[in-house]
Amino acid sequence: MIFTSLLETAWHALTTHRMRSFLTMLGMVIGVAAVILMLAIGQGAQAMVRSSIESMGSNLFIIMSGAVSSGGARVATGDAPSLTFDDADAIRDLPDIMASAPVSPGGAQLIYGGVNWNTSVYGTTPDYAVVRNWSMASGSFFSDADVRRGARVAVIGGVVARELFGDEDPVGKIIRIKQAPFEVIGVLASKGQSLDGRDQDDTVLVPISSAQQKIFSNTLRNRARFIMVQAVSEKRMDAAEASINDLLRSRHRIGLGQDDDFTVRNLTALAETAASTTRIMSLLLGAIAAISLVVGGIGIMNIMLVSVTERTREIGIRMAIGARRRDVLWQFLIEALTLSLIGCGIGLLFGIGGAWLVERLAGLPVAVTPASVLMAVGVSFLIGVFFGFYPARRAAGLDPIDALRSQ
Amino acid sequence: MAVPGAPLIEVANLEKDYPTGAGVFQALRGVSLSIAEGEFVAIMGASGSGKSTFMNLLGCLDRPTRGSYHLDGQDVGRLSSDQLAALRNREIGFVFQGFNLLPKLTGLDNVALPLMYAGMGREARRRQAQAMLERVGLGERSHHTPLQLSGGQQQRVAIARALATRPRIIFADEPTGNLDSETSRQVMDLFSQLNREEGITLVLVTHEADIAAYARRCIRFQDGRVIEDTAVAEAVA
Repeated sequence: MIFTSLLETAWHALTTHRMRSFLTMLGMVIGVAAVILMLAIGQGAQAMVRSSIESMGSNLFIIMSGAVSSGGARVATGDAPSLTFDDADAIRDLPDIMASAPVSPGGAQLIYGGVNWNTSVYGTTPDYAVVRNWSMASGSFFSDADVRRGARVAVIGGVVARELFGDEDPVGKIIRIKQAPFEVIGVLASKGQSLDGRDQDDTVLVPISSAQQKIFSNTLRNRARFIMVQAVSEKRMDAAEASINDLLRSRHRIGLGQDDDFTVRNLTALAETAASTTRIMSLLLGAIAAISLVVGGIGIMNIMLVSVTERTREIGIRMAIGARRRDVLWQFLIEALTLSLIGCGIGLLFGIGGAWLVERLAGLPVAVTPASVLMAVGVSFLIGVFFGFYPARRAAGLDPIDALRSQ
Repeated sequence: MAVPGAPLIEVANLEKDYPTGAGVFQALRGVSLSIAEGEFVAIMGASGSGKSTFMNLLGCLDRPTRGSYHLDGQDVGRLSSDQLAALRNREIGFVFQGFNLLPKLTGLDNVALPLMYAGMGREARRRQAQAMLERVGLGERSHHTPLQLSGGQQQRVAIARALATRPRIIFADEPTGNLDSETSRQVMDLFSQLNREEGITLVLVTHEADIAAYARRCIRFQDGRVIEDTAVAEAVA
């Protein structure tokens, strides 16, 4: 029997019972749409996490002043920072370290002309741009010389540039940070959202010395709340962490058995944890959606079984006039496959449309990938074969005489 | 192909048992006979006499419990179910009492169905199906579905379907059982014509003597055995 004849026969059978075919397909439609939508949301979240991680910089440590806990009790971190600028310089000289930037963070109000804007201000060194892998949209970053002499220069993020300057070019303009005038010498390239959901472009970077003198009026000079460190490679992360610990313990004269007055965190490892959490979440979403797809398949099997019973006489007639068992098997298998694949096609449209709506209305990032579409089609095909085979085999196994006699 | 002069159908000691709750029911108890190509045979008998069982065996729809059946010199008992299907498709046409047309298909598509299983392309089989419908006088009604046709017309569509693959034998099981006497006469005339003009071997199961009278040989069944095998003129008389 020719393949096109099989398709023709299947199509005829399905269009004869339009309502039933439609309802049978509905299970597949909903299943495929759910899978596509859930995968799109999951993969969108993963893509967002991935780009956040990339924007964070690679092979990162953050060393914070103060221990997370001391003798089991949490220690207040608002006290005087234990880390110094010299600590940061000493860390940079370690063999596995690429860059090391002390950071003194805070918030401040910026004023330019009649516009003001509240944002986070980071006092730091040029190494910060290296560690964060942060390039410039325009102008330049401040230099070590700027840090040494406490220059009143600032590098601003994209959001700050937009809020304060609009379409104006900020480079060379003077802004006031907590009343102190600073010259904008550069605008940072956009990084978008960080892993904890903050807008990384809503920030101002100034030399750490100037920040402490002019903005935070810090009494504790030369001390940093935290130090951002970049290791030379992923492989050297563990060695770098160990040598940082040793160095700081000896510099801070911490004896054996005494608690550290600093905490080293591997940010890259934390980020990877976040990434794998998102991956698991998106797998879970997909798995739940896949269940509805399987339920859709069971719906097809159900209807095909009913159809075989109902059409027993037709099967008998077909066998009498020369249909072989495999012709009957194929006829019902192709019917099941047609149902599942057309259902899949409609489900794809709904799923992709739904993903688009989620992005437009809920503002969630979504990503419909060719791989997830291919997977949906492949799984629908397998479902058609798997759930169509049993009813088809039942039809093909009928005895011609019994089938002809049935009403 | 057949040995020249050999019978088209030859059965020897054919038996068919059906298991029942009370034991085994012997529907056929040793039937031996042969039918030559071009014969027009009526098989008669009361219900339960085994005539329908015999017809199902001859039509390769069923297998005998014991005994042999040679169709065109070929031992049917040795064929697989797929080979039997191919044999039914190529050599045998069926006409049933209840017409057994597919109700959702047009007459043309019903007639084309055996050609589909013969592996013929869509256009070729539609052409041939149309020719067969014209042969039975329904050329202009090819696009009607069975429900839009009268009983006599439906049976003629069924005959066209039986003729579609140009088989050598047609088995008709009570073909006029659902028809009034006038349409019965038309259908039987068509059968006679096919037998006479195209040499198609016809085997007809009926319990009506006036229908059997169209045949030239009458085989009478009773309790699973042949009790009479005569030329029709004598049988009717």
